[in-house]
Amino acid sequence: MSMSDEDKIIEEATSGEYKYGFVSNIDSELAQKGLTEETIRFISGKKNEPEWLLDWRLKAFKMWENMEEPEWAHISYPKPEFQDIIYYAAPKPKKEYESLDEVDPEILKTFEKLGVPINEQKALAGVAVDVVMDSVSVATTFKEKLSELGIIFCSFSEAVKNHPDLVKKYVGSVVPQADNFYSALNSAVFSDGSFCYIPKGVKCPMELSTYFRINEANTGQFERTLIIAEEGSYVSYLEGCTAPQRDENQLHAAVVEIVAMKDAEVKYSTVQNWYPGDKKGRGGIYNFVTKRGLCAEENSKISWTQVETGSAVTWKYPSCILKGDNSVGEFFSVAVTNNMQQADTGTKMIHIGKNTKSTIVSKGISAGKSQNSYRGLVKIGKGAVGSRNFSQCDSLLIGDRCGAHTFPYIECNNKSAKIEHEATTSKIGEDQLFYCNQRGIKTDKAIGLIVNGFCKNVMDNLPMEFAIEAKKLLEISLEGSVG
Amino acid sequence: MLKIDGLEAEIEGKQILKGLNLEVKPGEIHAVMGPNGSGKSTLASVLAGREEYEVTGGSVDFLEKDLLDLAPEERAGEGVFLAFQYPVEIPGVSNINFIKTAVNEVRDYRGLPAMETKEFMAHLKEKQKLVKLSGKLANRSVNEGFSGGEKKRNEIFQMAMLEPKLGVLDETDSGLDIDALRIVASGVNELKSSKNAFVVITHYQRLLDYIVPDFVHVLYDGKIVKTGSKELALELEEKGYDWIIEEIEGKS
Ligand SMILES: Nc1ncnc2c1ncn2[C@@H]1O[C@H](COP(=O)(O)OP(=O)(O)OP(=O)(O)O)[C@@H](O)[C@H]1O
Ligand SMILES: [Mg+2]
Repeated sequence: MSMSDEDKIIEEATSGEYKYGFVSNIDSELAQKGLTEETIRFISGKKNEPEWLLDWRLKAFKMWENMEEPEWAHISYPKPEFQDIIYYAAPKPKKEYESLDEVDPEILKTFEKLGVPINEQKALAGVAVDVVMDSVSVATTFKEKLSELGIIFCSFSEAVKNHPDLVKKYVGSVVPQADNFYSALNSAVFSDGSFCYIPKGVKCPMELSTYFRINEANTGQFERTLIIAEEGSYVSYLEGCTAPQRDENQLHAAVVEIVAMKDAEVKYSTVQNWYPGDKKGRGGIYNFVTKRGLCAEENSKISWTQVETGSAVTWKYPSCILKGDNSVGEFFSVAVTNNMQQADTGTKMIHIGKNTKSTIVSKGISAGKSQNSYRGLVKIGKGAVGSRNFSQCDSLLIGDRCGAHTFPYIECNNKSAKIEHEATTSKIGEDQLFYCNQRGIKTDKAIGLIVNGFCKNVMDNLPMEFAIEAKKLLEISLEGSVG
Repeated sequence: MLKIDGLEAEIEGKQILKGLNLEVKPGEIHAVMGPNGSGKSTLASVLAGREEYEVTGGSVDFLEKDLLDLAPEERAGEGVFLAFQYPVEIPGVSNINFIKTAVNEVRDYRGLPAMETKEFMAHLKEKQKLVKLSGKLANRSVNEGFSGGEKKRNEIFQMAMLEPKLGVLDETDSGLDIDALRIVASGVNELKSSKNAFVVITHYQRLLDYIVPDFVHVLYDGKIVKTGSKELALELEEKGYDWIIEEIEGKS
């Protein structure tokens, strides 16, 4: 990393309160508050969806109505009032854009503030951006270059229009509608999201990146992402998001589905820094996400890397179903909680095929009065001969009012499988801080340094430009956590 | 440049420093010796600003500033460096990144811009050579898995990088083999100038063959009870501390 990058990080890290807490003034088209069959017909109608998709939504809605919102031991929060949420908001005007000049300058300004690399220069640096603002994609760059390779990278709505067969075939194939309370809700009301298709043998030459942003007050966000990697293909996908500061809790329940065919590899990286609420925990985002990848065929590989610093409540278990023989699943995670934040994250590795391999590296950092839980399941099926798992879960505590919890579940149905689990809990020591201070390093920066060191083997998995942002985020999110 | 006057300090309610006086001028090297538990590391920690120690009396002036009024990182910015008796490990943070951060933080404190990468690398190479720190060690995590001697050498390396005005070395010679001892000593000697000063805490007069002190002090029960020249160290080596203790206890 160059000096100036680090300096920028440092400078931004010292700029105080949650810096992405602004609200832009964009006129939106809103759905009525509340959730009924009518709402779903409204959303589907707004988007000119085909009949089959409306039916699919309605089916999910019926299932959802009969489901109970889950409760967890280590998370507590006022339950969202589902009838008080606006389920659809689209930036106006809704027409399609030929170039960025046509996009509402307010929107562009917002992206600028966020540092979204939407302009061509940045895109040339290797990032094609499919920007999801509120619910509808308003701008897509570098689609042409991608389409030359046969790569489809577009909003979910566009995919429904232009590639209905692919969507119909794969939507819900990894995360079924009724998988859980939030996936059912998402399936019923999802507004938009991203779609990505990499054809056989194609290695996507750039990182595909989507920036999510919650913008409309009181609007639930229900994104849906579907990534399909055909035989022998490769793609690295980046997801990152920020949100404006708010007083009311905002619900986010996204679904991400990945399918990897024979010899295909998908790398999915997330930097999540949604508004965590103020020091007392007011106004943060509720983040209930279902992310799952299917290694459908042999030698496929799905790798989740996530850096979670935001949200008031996070509930998230990016998982891999290792169905193909010799398939590989990876989960690298850094979850930071500060003040009153609560996170319950982890992964599930489901070994079905022979000689399947999974690696889990989880780094939890808790500060303030926050609670940080790792919950992981490693399940070895009867036929998963010679499968292996390695899990490493490390917790770092800053101060003594926070909590770290580790819940590793193992279900092994095949004796030839090898499962290894390591766990550690440590505290940032006075000794370490004093050592840094004595060398001239201020406490906030010292914490950033120590925490980044603690997370190193996860951060090393992030693409370069993401790693820089993530490092910065770690520092920002832990500012003032000591002394 | 450093004037300690009647310094009293306690930890967990136990008084350790009991009216300590010491004056250090630019260009000088002071050796501090004394039995285990007499308060040598406490003195070093109080100078560096360790919070656990409560200063209950006396004053410390450093370059016309009230040192006790400054936070530890500000003291570092003013040019105080402490080579720790027990250097701390910081897993996952490379030595280079650590020292680069430190160098630039100190520069920032002094109103200087961050060092350009090229300049920094040149500075690094030079100092690495000075203490014969291998590139491998420079790239490893701070002190993690370092041998005792390597840790001490790393302290001197950091000191060389930061070029302090006052270097306090707390038993940097303990646990060093004879070659490492020479390297550490020559590091200090190279850094030594008419503008800086060193306080060298040690149990062994051996080190003082290489780092020749202008003064040798005996710290006993929280006070400096005797000050002499280099010869005092030889005498201590030969006779131990009892005669001094008897001397003062006889007086009182
Ligand atoms: N955290 C603490 N709590 C209580 N007593 C302490 C603490 N730290 C140091 N002391 C005591 O303070 C006294 C002085 O300790 P200090 O480390 O300064 O001695 P020293 O002269 O450096 O000894 P050595 O030569 O063994 O390094 C000792 O009696 C020690 O036990
Ligand atoms: Mg000591």
